[in-house]
Amino acid sequence: MLSSVAERVYWLGRYLERAENSARLLKIYSAMLFDLPRGSKLDWSTLIDISGSHERYKEHHTSYDEKAVVNFLLGDSKNRNSIFECLVLARENARTSREIIPSEIWEQVNALYYTVKESINPRLGRANRYTLLEEIMAKSQRIEGLFVSSMSHNEAYSFIELGRKLERADMTSRLVDVGSINLFPAFAEKTEHQIIEPYENIIWINVLRCLGGFQAYRQQVHNRVSGNLVVRFLLQDEEFPRAIGFCLSDLAQNLGKLPRNEDVKRAVGRVKRITHEVDVESLLEKGLLEFIDELQISIADIHDEISRIWFTPVNIQNAG
Amino acid sequence: MAINWKSYNPGKFYDELISSPGYPRKAARILTKYLSSLSHEELKERKASIEHAIKSMGISFTVYSEAGNIDRQWPFDLIPRIIPEKEWIPTNEGLKQRQRALNCFIHDVYNDGKIFKDKVLPIELIKKSKNYRKECKGMKPVHEVWANICGTDLIRDADGKFYVLEDNLRVPSGVSYMLENRTVTKRVFPELFENYDIQPITDYPSQLFDTLAAISPIPKDYPEVVVLTPGIFNSAYFEHSFLAQQMGCELVQGSDLVVEDDHVFMKTIEGLAPVDVIYRRIDDQFLDPEVFYPDSALGVPGLMRAWLKGNVGLANAPGAGVADDKVIYTFVPKMIKYYLDEDAILPNVPSYLCIDKKQCQHVLKNLDKLVVKPANESGGYGMLIGPQSTKKERDEFARKIKANPREFMAQPLIALSTSPVLGENTIEPRHIDLRPFCLQAGSSYVTPGGLTRVAMVKGSYVVNSSQGGGSKDTWIVRE
Repeated sequence: MLSSVAERVYWLGRYLERAENSARLLKIYSAMLFDLPRGSKLDWSTLIDISGSHERYKEHHTSYDEKAVVNFLLGDSKNRNSIFECLVLARENARTSREIIPSEIWEQVNALYYTVKESINPRLGRANRYTLLEEIMAKSQRIEGLFVSSMSHNEAYSFIELGRKLERADMTSRLVDVGSINLFPAFAEKTEHQIIEPYENIIWINVLRCLGGFQAYRQQVHNRVSGNLVVRFLLQDEEFPRAIGFCLSDLAQNLGKLPRNEDVKRAVGRVKRITHEVDVESLLEKGLLEFIDELQISIADIHDEISRIWFTPVNIQNAG
Repeated sequence: MAINWKSYNPGKFYDELISSPGYPRKAARILTKYLSSLSHEELKERKASIEHAIKSMGISFTVYSEAGNIDRQWPFDLIPRIIPEKEWIPTNEGLKQRQRALNCFIHDVYNDGKIFKDKVLPIELIKKSKNYRKECKGMKPVHEVWANICGTDLIRDADGKFYVLEDNLRVPSGVSYMLENRTVTKRVFPELFENYDIQPITDYPSQLFDTLAAISPIPKDYPEVVVLTPGIFNSAYFEHSFLAQQMGCELVQGSDLVVEDDHVFMKTIEGLAPVDVIYRRIDDQFLDPEVFYPDSALGVPGLMRAWLKGNVGLANAPGAGVADDKVIYTFVPKMIKYYLDEDAILPNVPSYLCIDKKQCQHVLKNLDKLVVKPANESGGYGMLIGPQSTKKERDEFARKIKANPREFMAQPLIALSTSPVLGENTIEPRHIDLRPFCLQAGSSYVTPGGLTRVAMVKGSYVVNSSQGGGSKDTWIVRE
């Protein structure tokens, strides 16, 4: 397949996944904030942290109130990671890949784009927002289902899946980050230890819910929810589709179907090592910051290798 | 209120569906009766569901001037145009005949030049043609066919006869809209398809693929055919990707291709892969920066070398546009006689050539009655429609014609036929034309019907989508 097409459908996978993840995150996060005591360090600004667009946000806003943050993440054209902007790009990539993706997928991507375009407005209330986020998630899942069941599982499909799983692994790593470091210092200073406990659990439960993995965790881990077990589950589990371990083995599987894959496989192997060799207990004590940085850089390396091997024309001319 | 055919009056024009107010033509009776049976609400619903279908299928075209919102939905009218099969059969033959003769002519222009030696057509016309490519001299494409895909614009005059308005031999577009119009109509009026015997058009993409495969330099069952597009900013991008998808071909841009040792390759994830045939949707001048516009980023350096050596098929062949000039057009009936020794089945619209002194005088004297066309523009740009023009415009055209008579020709204003269009509450006549698509390589194929384009503005004669035109589904029906 054409390098340029491979690149387009890879990004199609990434943007669709990013939009769905953001919707998921916004929905669960809103619900969780209502459970936390006032003065919690976990507030709306954390969402901006997770989406990795703090600089951008600060250019246009001074405060972190609910409306401003939600609008920024949902439909702001100044935020290229907003759900709407992701869908604009996903639609553009789908539109320019119509010769290779089934037309019903294009129609559904197009429909999702219009759903969001026609519903976002700065005065969107909480109830309507909830409905919209649910709809984005449902329609995204329909699209994912169509890919699985109506598209040939060919090379183009593998590139879509690479994009999707890489994006997903990245998102899960961000959520692991939120679940741990942001909260502890703030609560340790302000409150008694026994008060922290129930909230600590609430946060981890919500992280799991955000990934749709609460039940899976319960079934697989057979234990009460606790930080180190959740982190291990999200990093290493190979059965739950939103755990990084699962994403990595899925990446490896799709890589197997593509030519000249050695360097990318090696990059995936490095991430696998990082997630498996980590000592979760001591990590949670000293904070995850460094570890998450290392993890995210190694995930980004996979992208760089994919791009170098398959998308860059210079490389191809050398190979030819 | 529902549709009342008695209040629909196209006046002096030939109408495709009715012969006089309240009297539908035979082939249109089921349709008109069916439409009158729908209530106002039902019609509104059907109209809304069409708009929804067009939006959800993402049928769009692009308008250059609308920065920011480049992707516009396709304007479509739900009342189909009906042409009885018995009227279509000779038209179909006429179109094939015309394409054959035009291809003989183009081949002759770049090879022996017999038609000039025999003084049927003055060679000066070619020497001054903007679309003559000296680089193509001596080239012999597979089957000696240069214009494999041809979009011929037909109109009906008040007498109800079809005339050829122009031949589009460079990169004619619109076929995807023809196909999508049918899909939309099937979604919205499934009932009608039970009661009519309508010729199907769905096999166009496979016919197109077979035509392209037939010009592969190395005969193969499945040669590597690609569609070359200028990219998403082109007004016909939707069509390029649609056709690539329907044919199961790669859609490529110039940057996806590379020429090595005079062979064309595409850049794939496995390295370079050979290309046999390119269905190019970019103009000659942008094809190869080594030969034509040096700063064209749309083309492929070395493409012309590869083609001239016979290592890749190009459709349409570079230089084919030499016959798509509106001055050359006036000679097509003579070409048919000269090359095929047949009489033209489809007549031309009567035309005046400004290079002929006498005819030019006539044109200048009658600018307020004639339509003046530049020889080499398409898309309805640069025309003067005399009866609708101002004095200032006419003076300007008179100056232009005198300065450069080779670049202009004129025709009487044809009373384009009309067909009913559904408005908010009423049906109203609008002017239309018809663009069938003709394929030729080893054999010939013509789409049954074609794309009917509609001037959506009342009284307007301009049907081009770039100028606000719309379209209709077109049915060839057996009565």
